[in-house]
Amino acid sequence: MTTFADVRSRLARPQQRRYLPLYATLALLALMYGSGVAQYEAFSDPQVVLNVFIDNGFLLVVAVGMTFVILTGGIDLSVGAVVALTTMVSATLLQEQGWPAFTVLPLVLLIGATLGFGMGCIIHYFEIQPFIVTLAGMFLARGLCYTIGTSSITIDDPFWTRMAQSKVRFGDNFISPSVIIALVVVLVAVYVLAFTRLGRNTYAIGGNPRSAHLMGLPIARTRIAVYTISGFCSALGGVLLSFYMLSGNSLHAVGMELDAIAAVVIGGTLLTGGSGFVLGTVLGVLVLGLIQTLITFDGRLSSWWTKIVIGALLFAFILLQRLITPRKR
Amino acid sequence: MTEAILTMTGISKEFPGVKALSEVDFRLLPGEVHALMGENGAGKSTLIKVLTGVYDIDQGDIVLDGEPVRFSGPLQAQHAGVSTVYQEINLCPNLSVAENIFIGREPRFLGHIRWSTVERRARELLRRLQLDIDVSATLGTYSLAVQQMVAIARAIDISAKVLILDEPTSSLDASEVQQLFRVIRQLKEEGIAILFVTHFLDQVYEIADRITVLRNGRLVGEHRTSELTLIDLIGKMIGKELEVLERLEDRPKRLAEDAVPLVDARELGRKGAVAPFSLTIHKGEVVGLAGLLGSGRTEVARLIYGADKADHGQLTVAGRAVTMRGPRTAMANDIAFCSENRRTEGLIEELTVRENIVLAMQATRGWTRPIPRRRQDELVDKYVKALDIRPPNPDALVRNLSGGNQQKVLLARWLITEPRLLILDEPTRGIDIGAKAEIQRLVAQLSDGGMAVLFVSAELEEVLRLSHKVAVLRDRQLIAELPNDDSLDVDRVMETIASGAKP
Repeated sequence: MTTFADVRSRLARPQQRRYLPLYATLALLALMYGSGVAQYEAFSDPQVVLNVFIDNGFLLVVAVGMTFVILTGGIDLSVGAVVALTTMVSATLLQEQGWPAFTVLPLVLLIGATLGFGMGCIIHYFEIQPFIVTLAGMFLARGLCYTIGTSSITIDDPFWTRMAQSKVRFGDNFISPSVIIALVVVLVAVYVLAFTRLGRNTYAIGGNPRSAHLMGLPIARTRIAVYTISGFCSALGGVLLSFYMLSGNSLHAVGMELDAIAAVVIGGTLLTGGSGFVLGTVLGVLVLGLIQTLITFDGRLSSWWTKIVIGALLFAFILLQRLITPRKR
Repeated sequence: MTEAILTMTGISKEFPGVKALSEVDFRLLPGEVHALMGENGAGKSTLIKVLTGVYDIDQGDIVLDGEPVRFSGPLQAQHAGVSTVYQEINLCPNLSVAENIFIGREPRFLGHIRWSTVERRARELLRRLQLDIDVSATLGTYSLAVQQMVAIARAIDISAKVLILDEPTSSLDASEVQQLFRVIRQLKEEGIAILFVTHFLDQVYEIADRITVLRNGRLVGEHRTSELTLIDLIGKMIGKELEVLERLEDRPKRLAEDAVPLVDARELGRKGAVAPFSLTIHKGEVVGLAGLLGSGRTEVARLIYGADKADHGQLTVAGRAVTMRGPRTAMANDIAFCSENRRTEGLIEELTVRENIVLAMQATRGWTRPIPRRRQDELVDKYVKALDIRPPNPDALVRNLSGGNQQKVLLARWLITEPRLLILDEPTRGIDIGAKAEIQRLVAQLSDGGMAVLFVSAELEEVLRLSHKVAVLRDRQLIAELPNDDSLDVDRVMETIASGAKP
């Protein structure tokens, strides 16, 4: 067995430019946290950070799926709508049809994965821009939500309420079960990307699809797989959101695809594909969460400032990407 | 004599309208470097593509290691032991060196990639190629030469019988080429058969044991490098076909007398395209550019026209220094350029003869001042007659014209702008002999009328027949400028190319 030495040797690689965005995000995060602690006494409570995880667990899962897609050089705009669809389908089946929770769960996950699979097939076999295919997927999923219902449906299923209300405690602090699920997703994604052929092929396609094809890598399978993964992660994110909100609503997660993309990019993944890490995405989500927390602590600024700060950060990180990637010609 | 590892016999391949290969024989011995030579369109790349299964074969047999084979694609060929490394490096620059060698074939344990094994094996493999680099570093951080060798390492690790190197040295500098050659020699020692395609003659003589020459899809011959002189090789590549061409009356091969040249390029150059050169072109003078394919002929023409930006030197037009910023500057200085690829870079096939002809003139006037229809008709009629474009119908779609007539349309387009310098890049390629003679006569007429012409052609005889002065290029350097007096003939130009008299 070699895992530990492997991990170490991979982490101990020479400092290269591909890690630069990751360090930048880490530094930014430390800076934000430091300034929070310096300004507000209550900020130093570890629960503040844990709350960021609790409030953004679903976004984290969705962003992990998005990381796979962006690593191949693609994009998935449908994730927010798939999240909403998942909450809507879950709520209807649980509340109005009276289905048991353990039938609903696999079903909604399957719906998400199937949607992703379908979009992946269209993108690959018909050679259509991912942007437009997933845009169509977004309208489709959001439209389906409204055909199910236009009003919010409250969920009072016992399993759902238990997931929403139970706390995993350690010492004085706690997290929700959703955070554990999200972290498991992160760990699995890290493993898949670093140690399996699927993961390495994902990077290869993002690096140079033509070369990847000539090297005999399974382009079709990999490309469809990443959209399926993204669809699955969106559905799982939807489930986590419905745990968090205890409701299904067609208006849930409007614009979440953009938050997910922002988190991935701030986490240092290149939009052109081929370079980036899931851990970066985790940092990206934390940055978004901390901005929100800081603005809440401040209390004077309206919550819309969150968007402004995210916008500014995105600009900064895209510029950073531009500077570190060698320009063609 | 050792048994050949690869034998191709009677290979024919036809594309619609073109016989790309006819009855070509080729063999490759283990432990030899075999150079495949030929001008553009000779069939080199078709032969490689037929061998690696990119194209089907119409006729002929391939025997690899005693077994008859026919590959359906490069992957299958690779598994059978025939790997190709192309000029463009087909690797992923964002992955590590080790990963690029092993991706898709990583040693795994229950689906878990064993990175330590991957890196250890990559290191061993590269050490075999005498390359000691950090295999965990990203490929993109290394030079092209190293990347090329990583590609070779990947190729020989997959299979190690036949290695095809298609123009591997085009983007390498001299020391990188030496590094690559060391690796090639090493592989040769190990008994791998190497097929080496290049247009650099020096390199062939440095590394190849045997040379096969193709011309126009036919086998010209297979020779030991030691038994074939450079000049013979060039002769075989170009061929001395005695074409039945209409004789041009012996024109006075005068050298221009104007003190100020129309175009004066001083130390003009562009990194990676052509080394700095100096060239003057006078009014009424035809300057020919001679050299083999890839010697930098087109690059010189493109630099003077400004289609590529020069990063060195100075261009003077009629005594005035000009910074070429692209075709518009060139047109403003009355320089016209008929490109080599008339289909992709010149003519717009969906438009009519008339529209194609007036295009450049309209562009110089600006789109706000359309040329009146009557003026258009006048001009088009004049040039359709003058150049004898057939059919003489200005409303015919250019797509439906023959190659020669398309070329004339392109010429007409530039002629109505009345340029002072006309650059013709391979104007007679792929057109029939009659049209060829007409275009040659036209060039002579134009120069008599005072127009300067820069004439680029792969056919030395044609260059000599038309030019007052011949500039000889080799390996992207202008090596000589020969006045076209009576003593100059094809042999002397070939000698100049062969001897590579560097300035």
